[in-house]
Amino acid sequence: MNFEPKIVGFFCNWCSYAGADLAGTSRKKYAPNVRIIRVMCSGRVNESLILKAFAAGADGVLVCGCHPGDCHYLKGNLSARRRVAGLKPLLEAVGIGNDRLRLEWISASEGPKVPETVKSFTSEIKQLGPSPLNGRHNGS
Amino acid sequence: MASVRSDENIELMTYSEVVDVSGYVGNFKVKIRKNPRYVDEDKCTGCGVCQEKCPFKADNEFDAGMGQRKAIYTPFPQAVPNVPVIDRDVCAYFLKGKCQACEKFCEANAIDFEQTEKFVEVDVGSIIITTGFDSFDPSVIAPYGYGRYDNVYSGLQFERMSNASGPTDGKLQLKDGSQPKSVAILHCVGSRDINYHEYCSRVCCMYSLKFSHIIGEKIPDAEIYQLYIDLRCFGKGYEEFYNRIQEEGVNFVRGRAAEVTDLAETADEEGKLIVLCEDTLIGRQRRIPVDMVVLSTGLEPRADAGETAKMFSLSRSADGFFLEKHPKLDPVATMTDGVFIAGCCQGPKDIPDTVAQASAAAARVLSMISKGKVEIEAAISVVDEEICSGCKTCLDLCPYGAITFDEEKSVAFINEALCKGCGTCVAACPSGAIIGKHFTTEQILAQIEGVLV
Repeated sequence: MNFEPKIVGFFCNWCSYAGADLAGTSRKKYAPNVRIIRVMCSGRVNESLILKAFAAGADGVLVCGCHPGDCHYLKGNLSARRRVAGLKPLLEAVGIGNDRLRLEWISASEGPKVPETVKSFTSEIKQLGPSPLNGRHNGS
Repeated sequence: MASVRSDENIELMTYSEVVDVSGYVGNFKVKIRKNPRYVDEDKCTGCGVCQEKCPFKADNEFDAGMGQRKAIYTPFPQAVPNVPVIDRDVCAYFLKGKCQACEKFCEANAIDFEQTEKFVEVDVGSIIITTGFDSFDPSVIAPYGYGRYDNVYSGLQFERMSNASGPTDGKLQLKDGSQPKSVAILHCVGSRDINYHEYCSRVCCMYSLKFSHIIGEKIPDAEIYQLYIDLRCFGKGYEEFYNRIQEEGVNFVRGRAAEVTDLAETADEEGKLIVLCEDTLIGRQRRIPVDMVVLSTGLEPRADAGETAKMFSLSRSADGFFLEKHPKLDPVATMTDGVFIAGCCQGPKDIPDTVAQASAAAARVLSMISKGKVEIEAAISVVDEEICSGCKTCLDLCPYGAITFDEEKSVAFINEALCKGCGTCVAACPSGAIIGKHFTTEQILAQIEGVLV
C-alpha cells in the first residue's frame, strides 16, 4: 500500500502562513500531506505542542517562521529555533527520530518555497516510513 | 521648515537625538539629548558675522565634501533655525584654547563655549519616525573609479555642483575648472545589483533625467549619455518628462556600465574618461569617451537604522529599511502601536510619495488624538495569577518588554497595551500559567487532533 504521511505544520501568521497564502493565490500546487495550523508566531510553538502532534499520530512536524531578523515579533522565531534544536536529540532518543521534525524559514514573499518545502519534507518522511507512534495511536 | 518652527503647537528640536524610549501608545516617555551648539539660540540673530570672521575651515558635509565651510557654520543657507553651530573638531578654541574670534565679533553675545549637552524627557502619545536614508557610497564599486578619478562624481555631488548656492555657484566644471563637453550618467549604481542592493532605489532614473536637462541648459552643446538598464519613469508626468529629454537629444544607451577607465586606446580618447559598456540594443561593446562621469547613486538604509529599530521596537525588512505593518493595507503604521513611519526610512521613494506617506502618518496620529482612546489587539496573553509560580522565565523573553514582575503578589503581569500576542511567553511558561487568547493551548491541541483524523 502507498504510504501517505500525515504531517502537522505550524506556520506563523505573518511570514509562513502569508507565504502559503501567496502560494495559493499564485496557484501553486503542493502535497496535501501537510496540514497547516496557524499560530501568531513560531515562538508560540513549544515542545509540548510538537510532542502532542507526534503522540496524536503525526509522521512529521514542520515548523515554519520568519527569517531571522524578519520576525514580526522581533525574535520569536529565535525561540522556536532553540526549542526545535533542543527537542531533536530527545526525539532521537525516544525512537521517533530527529529527521521527523523540521524547521524552515519562509517569508511572506516566498510563495514558491512553500510547495518546495512541503514536497521535500513529504518525500523525506515517505522514505522514513510511518512514525513508530502512528500505528499505536490508530490501533491498527 | 520655517513655518513648522513658528507654529506654536510644534516644538522643534534640532541638533538633538533620541537616546531612549519607554512606555506604550498614548504614554511614551522619550529621552532626548540636546547637543551643545555653543551658540545661544535665544540670543543669536543669525547675522552670520561669526562665519565670516572664523579663520578655520573644514570640508562641507552638505556639499558632499566638495566645498569648504568654517568651524562655526550653518549647514546650508536655508537651515532652520538660522543659528550656527561650532564644530569642536575644527575650532581652535576647543583644540588649543585660543582664537575666540567669533565671540569677539558677535554683537549679540550669543557665543557660549561653556554649553554642555542637556537631556530632556518628554511625554508623547505617538511617534512618527522619518529618519530618511543614506546615499550609497560608490567608492566600494572599484571599477567605476569614484575617488580614483577626479571627474567621477556621485549623484549628490553633481546635485550640489548644479545648485546656485553650491560650491561652484552652480557652474558645471571639471576638477581643473574647465567646462565639460561630454558627460556620461551611469544609472543603478548600488541599486538593482545583487552585489550591493537588489532593490530599485526609485528616484535615480528621474534625477538622472533631470541632470541631463540641467546640463543641456547650462552647456547647450554638451554630449550627454545615459547608461541605463531600464528607465523607470513610473510617476505622474514622469513619462512625459522622459519623452522631453529624448527630444532634447540626449543619447540613451541601454546597458549597465562595466568600467570607467582613463586608459586611452585611440587619439580621441586621450585625456578623457572612457566608459566601457555593452549596448544591449545594438548588441555591441562600446567605449564612450567623456569628460565627466556622474554616478546615479542609490538610496540605502541609514547606517544606524539597526539601533533606531531597536530603540523603537521596529522590524526591518530584508533590505534593512523599517518594516511597515502591512505593505498594502497599513503602510505607515508599524508593529509597535503608536509608532508610525514615513519617507525613505521605510523604503526608497520620491518626494510626492514621501509627502503622501507623511500626511497619512500625521492623519493617523491626529485621528488617535481626537478619538482619545486606542483599540488594542484582542489576541493577547494574560497571566493566570493562581497558577503563576513567579519563576520569571517569561520576563526576558518578551520582545516588547510587556511583562513586568509584581513583587507584592510574586507573579508576572502582562501589560495589555504593550502585548502584541506573539505567544512566545505562552510557549515558554513552565507551569502553563499564561493564556494566549484566541490561540490557547487547548485550541491548538484540538486543532492537532483535528488535522490528524
